Amino acid sequence: MTTTTDLVSYEDALASYDPVMGLEVHVELGTKTKMFCGCSTELGAEPNSQTCPTCLGLPGSLPVVNATGVESAVRIGLALNCEIAEWCRFARKNYFYPDMPKNFQTSQYDEPIAFNGYLDVQLEDGETFRVEIERAHMEEDTGKSTHIGGATGRIHGAQHSLLDYNRAGIPLIEIVTKPIVGAGERAPEVAKAYVRELRELIKALGVSEARMEMGQMRCDVNLSLMPKGGDRFGTRSETKNVNSLRSVERAARFEIQRHAAVLGSGGTIVQETRHFHEDTGSTTSGRVKEEAEDYRYFPEPDLVPVAPSREWVEELRARLPELPLVRRTRLLEEWGISTTDMQAILNAGALDPIVTTIEAGADAASARKWWMGELARSANESGKALDELAITPEQVARVTELVSSGDLNDKLARQVIEGVLAGEGTPDEVVDKRGLKVVSDEGALTAAVDEAIAGNPGIADKIRGGKVAAAGALVGAVMKATRGQADAARVKELILEKLGVSEG
Amino acid sequence: MTDNVNIIKLTAAETAEKIASGELTAVQVAEAHLARIEAVDEKVHAFLHVDREGALAQARAVDEKRERGEKLGPLAGVPLALKDIFTTEGVPTTVGSKILEGWIPPYDATLTKRLKAADVVILGKTNMDEFAMGSSTENSAFGPTGNPWDLTRIPGGSGGGSSAALASFQAPLAIGTDTGGSIRQPAAVTGTVGVKPTYGAVSRFGMVAFSSSLDQGGPCARTVLDAALLHEVIAGHDPLDSTSIDEPVPQVVEAARNGSVAGMRIGVVKQFRGEGYQAGVIQRFDESVALLKELGAEIVELDCPSFDLALSAYYLIAPSECSSNLARFDGLRYGLRTGDDGGHSAEEVTSLTREAGFGPEVKRRIMLGTYALSSGYYDAYYGSAQKVRTLIKREFDRSFEQVDVIVSPTTPTTAFAIGERADDPMAMYLADLCTIPTNLAGNAAMSLPCGLAPEDNLPVGLQIIAPVMKDDRLYKVGAAVEAAFVEKWGHPLLEEAPSL
Amino acid sequence: MPGITREEVAHLARLARLELKPEELDHFAGQLDDIIGAVARVSEVADQDVPPTSHPLPLTNVMRADEVRPSLTPEQALSGAPAQEQQRFKVPQILGED
Ligand SMILES: [Mg+2]
Ligand SMILES: [Zn+2]
Repeated sequence: MTTTTDLVSYEDALASYDPVMGLEVHVELGTKTKMFCGCSTELGAEPNSQTCPTCLGLPGSLPVVNATGVESAVRIGLALNCEIAEWCRFARKNYFYPDMPKNFQTSQYDEPIAFNGYLDVQLEDGETFRVEIERAHMEEDTGKSTHIGGATGRIHGAQHSLLDYNRAGIPLIEIVTKPIVGAGERAPEVAKAYVRELRELIKALGVSEARMEMGQMRCDVNLSLMPKGGDRFGTRSETKNVNSLRSVERAARFEIQRHAAVLGSGGTIVQETRHFHEDTGSTTSGRVKEEAEDYRYFPEPDLVPVAPSREWVEELRARLPELPLVRRTRLLEEWGISTTDMQAILNAGALDPIVTTIEAGADAASARKWWMGELARSANESGKALDELAITPEQVARVTELVSSGDLNDKLARQVIEGVLAGEGTPDEVVDKRGLKVVSDEGALTAAVDEAIAGNPGIADKIRGGKVAAAGALVGAVMKATRGQADAARVKELILEKLGVSEG
Repeated sequence: MTDNVNIIKLTAAETAEKIASGELTAVQVAEAHLARIEAVDEKVHAFLHVDREGALAQARAVDEKRERGEKLGPLAGVPLALKDIFTTEGVPTTVGSKILEGWIPPYDATLTKRLKAADVVILGKTNMDEFAMGSSTENSAFGPTGNPWDLTRIPGGSGGGSSAALASFQAPLAIGTDTGGSIRQPAAVTGTVGVKPTYGAVSRFGMVAFSSSLDQGGPCARTVLDAALLHEVIAGHDPLDSTSIDEPVPQVVEAARNGSVAGMRIGVVKQFRGEGYQAGVIQRFDESVALLKELGAEIVELDCPSFDLALSAYYLIAPSECSSNLARFDGLRYGLRTGDDGGHSAEEVTSLTREAGFGPEVKRRIMLGTYALSSGYYDAYYGSAQKVRTLIKREFDRSFEQVDVIVSPTTPTTAFAIGERADDPMAMYLADLCTIPTNLAGNAAMSLPCGLAPEDNLPVGLQIIAPVMKDDRLYKVGAAVEAAFVEKWGHPLLEEAPSL
Repeated sequence: MPGITREEVAHLARLARLELKPEELDHFAGQLDDIIGAVARVSEVADQDVPPTSHPLPLTNVMRADEVRPSLTPEQALSGAPAQEQQRFKVPQILGED
């Protein structure tokens, strides 16, 4: 698609306007079965093999609510500091679309299960921003269409489409913020931080893996501008299905610049849906609708109301896990690190691996060091996420144990990790197979030290003359000779001893 | 060997007994009914699909079971005509609509499963108004059904096929569904018995939805006891239907075997008479009330002013729900597809399919419901209709504090002529004037014959209405009334129907 | 209150995905007007302080355990499909959102 869009610079846009955002996030729950039928939600099944009369919308079929879906919704609501409805209903959202078997979506309308909450999110510099939550409600996903005949599976130019309803009916929780005002130039950053915090929260609750790249979590970014100092919201655009944290930020930023350009040249913003393009970082207009949507919502007559008892809600509240921000704040203090360090850990996706590594017996500093150093580098090179690496936190903990017991030094430990990542086995197996052990045999070490002194008479003299720092070169030589398997500290001690100097 | 004529005249209870005792085989009974269908259904057109092979296979299975000495269900081997709104695995289900012509469901409705599990022999699927929308069966895409009392008249609707099958002795049992009267009104105009159980008593899973909050499947038969026996087979909790009641089924068979109204307080609602009611209908109804008094009941007059708004509320709620329920018929996954010629988009094919596949009444109600739910009108129409529903419920509740059951005519008139009201939807809708309040409130009701209207010699129905989950009262009162009338007439009313 | 125009009927038909013929638009405009005119009486109770009843029975919290039940086979699922390809429902080109 070749659409050029006029933009003004981000700074100019923010000089004249305040952005107002609304974020709508859909999360696919990780329940075993669909929201209204007993079909499996397992990924990767053959097309249309996980469908039944209900999720295919066959005549006569009826829905029955998944209890775990409701429980997950309540837990999400509680974690978002929401009120939980004492009584609420499902509603039908009526519109025709081929990937929706009943041609209505069973959703919630004016009676969401959770409402009126907030989520505190942390920006890069550690500042906290409170995003207010309008509602969280339950609904169902649609099927999947593949477009045949057009370029790269796009709808445009397609001759026909093929529909697979395995995904139809998978439980979704839609979480809608209240208008986010007052973020100013940090609006795109807030958007990203919010979606990240929400993702962490969802994962902490264990209700979904919330993998954005797999569509398990999708964000719609609604954005409008109002003249600086004004109080009337402008017309918004709705950028649909943005599916990475980075894209959320970029989409918001792009829309701010685009809106400012349109408004600045005296134009008006059309209320429309827009699509975000990863490749260019820009959005383009969706289909222009000739008529306003009229979803003709009404209470779903095939389902009865959901009335979570207060006892049950309190029980769920009491069982909530420690929430991500609270946990991060606690860890930051426990580890004695800065907000910037913590932010780096978060950006690297290293928090959970580090914590698990500590739980497996490593000390905090080592766990951080390995995950943020060697492993982060390796992940970066292979383009993987940390938790996709072929090493477990338990294995990392074992490596740190071998280091602290003196069996390995850092250099050897790196080789062990390399071996584990290469699939050579557990740390102990790699140590065995590669023969990586610190040389602690004093006889062998002494011989190597003697050899190093003999081979570098000039350096030895300098050391004898009191230049202790020069010992490093000899240590290097010994390490090289022992293929790194010597304990460097002991080597240095031996060298100084032999040359009759003491370390100041 | 009992000949076919005698077999088809038996009640379901008698048939079951004779099969259980070995006096008749289930195959004999099935064959007698299949022969009857062959002989008369060309004229009546009660069936859309006769499942000859399936019925005989089921009958054989019953006979084998009996030979092996296995326990048989109370209706084992009794033939039944199933309204074509319930899904039947491997057997066509059309709901009287072209849009589903040729569709063979891959699953059985819960009710179908229960019938099979009870060894009931399903003869086939009966004609109906398309998607159960209508009171005459003229809205079937597959042609109208005739009333066995006079084939030029309607057999009621939407379950006209089921009632006509009973009245023409093509089956001793049938299943109907009642959204605004579609079991009771056909029963009334064909001189048969029909029961709309309490909403939630019979599973709706596999019953193609018209208006979800009103639809209820129920038994149709020629006698009150037969209806009770069938009621017991099909009622009960179903975890696949969220609106199904998880309570024991009322003791309807016992009630039907012990008919009595002695000492009962029976209500007569003043709103159920007046303009639009045929004189002969009112006459038979008044006689019925007098009979109840003779039988020892106390009659209490009731005032239920909101009942006057019931028809209006119904014609907002039912179309609204149907406009949504019928959205799934889009030509993409099953059923008819029109216009897929390479030149039309999926959206256009859906619109063309729905235009070609739905009949005028279905379109009219979809349009009406779309209107009532659309933004700006919801509160005035759908919202108000729901309030009326509350008022009607309250008036029933108040009434049932004073009486055990309520009686009324089932329909304001006897069977009208085919074609007579076809172009006047409002006139057609009046047929359900007395039956609709019960659907809105969810309680139980029965229609049973109370004589012929003197002016046209056509059957008149007496409606009995009971509170929620007091379905047994219908049978207790119904059995008493039936016995008294049969004694008075000297024979069941259907004996007076012309032989086809 | 009503007075349903031909244009409104056309709008409703689009919402309901019915490709009505011109004569149907006129026919339905008249009939819907009559019916709505007759049933509009329900709004007499609009200002009454009564809760709406959307469901005849006061049931709540009917749910099922999150346990997998057998699905249809793909063959069964597709058995009624007017067209299919690659074990999927084949439909004409879909216009709309990309
Ligand atoms: Mg949604
Ligand atoms: Zn399913």
